[in-house]
Amino acid sequence: MDLFEYQGKQYFARYDIPVSPGGPADTVDEAVKEAASAGYPVVVKAQVQVGGRGKAGGIKLADNEAEVREHAGNILGMDIKGHVVRRLWVEAASDIDEEYYVSFTLDRSEKKHLMMLSREGGVEIEVVAEENPDAIVKLHIDPVDGLSEAVARQACIEAKLPERAIDGATDILVKLYRCYDEGDCDLAEINPLILKPTGEVHALDAKVTLDGNAEFRHPEWDAFRGLTEMDDREKMAAEKDLQYIGLDGTVGIIANGAGLAMSTLDVVNQVGGSAANFLDIGGGANADVMAGALEVINFDENVKSIFINIFGGITRGEEVAKGIVEAMGRVDLKAPIVIRLDGTNAEEGRQILLDAGIPEDKLRSEPTMLEAARAAVALAS
Amino acid sequence: MAIFVDENTKVIVQGLTGGQGKYHGLRNRDYGTQVVGGVTPGKGGQDVEGIPIFNSVAEAVEATGANASFAAVPPKFASGAIMEAAEAGIGFVVCITEGIPAQDEAKVFNRLVRDFPGTRLLGPNCPGIISPGKCNIGITAGEIAQNPTAGGPNVGIVSRSGTLTYQALYELKQRGIGVSTCVGIGGDPVPGTNFIDCLSEFQNDPETHAIMMLGEIGGSAEEEAAEYIAANVTKPMSAYIAGVTAPAGKKMGHAGAIVSGNKGTAQGKMDALAAAGVKVGLNPTEAGELMAEIVAAL
Repeated sequence: MDLFEYQGKQYFARYDIPVSPGGPADTVDEAVKEAASAGYPVVVKAQVQVGGRGKAGGIKLADNEAEVREHAGNILGMDIKGHVVRRLWVEAASDIDEEYYVSFTLDRSEKKHLMMLSREGGVEIEVVAEENPDAIVKLHIDPVDGLSEAVARQACIEAKLPERAIDGATDILVKLYRCYDEGDCDLAEINPLILKPTGEVHALDAKVTLDGNAEFRHPEWDAFRGLTEMDDREKMAAEKDLQYIGLDGTVGIIANGAGLAMSTLDVVNQVGGSAANFLDIGGGANADVMAGALEVINFDENVKSIFINIFGGITRGEEVAKGIVEAMGRVDLKAPIVIRLDGTNAEEGRQILLDAGIPEDKLRSEPTMLEAARAAVALAS
Repeated sequence: MAIFVDENTKVIVQGLTGGQGKYHGLRNRDYGTQVVGGVTPGKGGQDVEGIPIFNSVAEAVEATGANASFAAVPPKFASGAIMEAAEAGIGFVVCITEGIPAQDEAKVFNRLVRDFPGTRLLGPNCPGIISPGKCNIGITAGEIAQNPTAGGPNVGIVSRSGTLTYQALYELKQRGIGVSTCVGIGGDPVPGTNFIDCLSEFQNDPETHAIMMLGEIGGSAEEEAAEYIAANVTKPMSAYIAGVTAPAGKKMGHAGAIVSGNKGTAQGKMDALAAAGVKVGLNPTEAGELMAEIVAAL
């Protein structure tokens, strides 16, 4: 789960990482109210999950109420690289002496956590990595040991942060690692981490990705729901607990297992079609899950044919077939189905579909993944 | 011969009294696997269809001489279950659990490396392992795996995805090609056993004559495997990488399957494998066909 900047800052605050006082606003009036309580001058920031907000005009400084009104009015509803701004974050403006960068992620190759620290913050770290790789200190952290203050301090020194920033930066590194570790983040990034003229170090931005698998131990994450960047199809799928990603093709895809689902997208593409979605009904899916999946696909107006690709392991063929029959009774499917059913109890499943007497222009069975893909693509074009 | 597990492997199922553990544990036993016990704290002394239940892995090991474990427990208990098996001296732990927090997984991996080098973890979030005709631990439907042919040629399979593993087994079975061992390493970011571990075992296994590898987008495990193959693997290989059409920045079902920027793309992985001499198919069927050609030429 990707957090918006303001949510990331709220999360940071739980771990005592210093952030600017501010608040979220969905309207111009709310922005004015938040500005008054944060204290002028303020920065009005678009809340979208995409880089380059500043360049797009989504971040503006305001010295008074009139300017807040003007900027908030302009930014709300603005389209930034396809992301429509529905919420602002208004915070007290900070004086900045220097800008740094710090992040924690998992290095999958090393199987350890990776801290990246740079004295060149405020720009995209990929650019720094390209142009001045020596300016980035990379440190692997054994997850069992964690990050000690001494090691964090050493990293700050190696990154050539100025003497007066070292205490503050060390403190934030240790706290940010705690947030990353105990807070179950896939990514915790501050860019820029700023040094103020007063010598304080402070998070001016927040980029946080939470690990959805750890949701069971974080009841506080409930607060982060609501405002999401999911489209309507994705919201509907999320309500049904389906692993769904909306795409823009015309062949609706339902498969069991992430690998097979990805592979199904690929095969549809190879035979000249394009997938409308990725949908993994998972292992052990029953009739209800299949019916729910078909409802989500049916909701997508671009879908011209539906390709159900099932290889039964835990998932049983007869359950899949029952689900299809049930869904066809429950929902008026707009697009025809092509199904490829193999593996556990596939024979029984095919028999159930035959016995249901569904006309061939509504549902047909193909023996292999490739043939089914060809049939589905032909129906979609 | 086979890799990691064979007819001498004695398995206990952690969570045998739970739904998943019972269903798959019994299926594994029906396949012919030596399932010698189950572990559920507080249920010691009971049995599941004749398989004795113990309160701890240590007790189960002492009573049965088990050397492998099948951990089928919910995510919040999975790390504990894996560590308990390691502490009891189990040498091979298969964990099928999907949804373990990445932080837990990273800690378990590093603890095992540091304190229990004698324990190999397969998974989490994997279908398990099958040495056809000998031992099946996990959720693979045993009947889709072709037994190895005496004298060969036989194929070893290693895969990051569950259903693609079945697909691969099925492709080979359709063509009557024997399988020495099929290992599902799982789709999580920190798998206990990786491609290279399996490739090295297959390279050294006299019963394995060719290797089929199924990867997917995300991370750099396939690229690292390609490097390893170029330097160390002399047996012929075919491969398939899922996710050519996956959009960047989206997790495709598996926690580990995500293209970040231009890293982890299917194309990059296919190119790396092809450069290492692996025959790369554009879909699982093609990878199966390529393997059939390889086997025919052996």
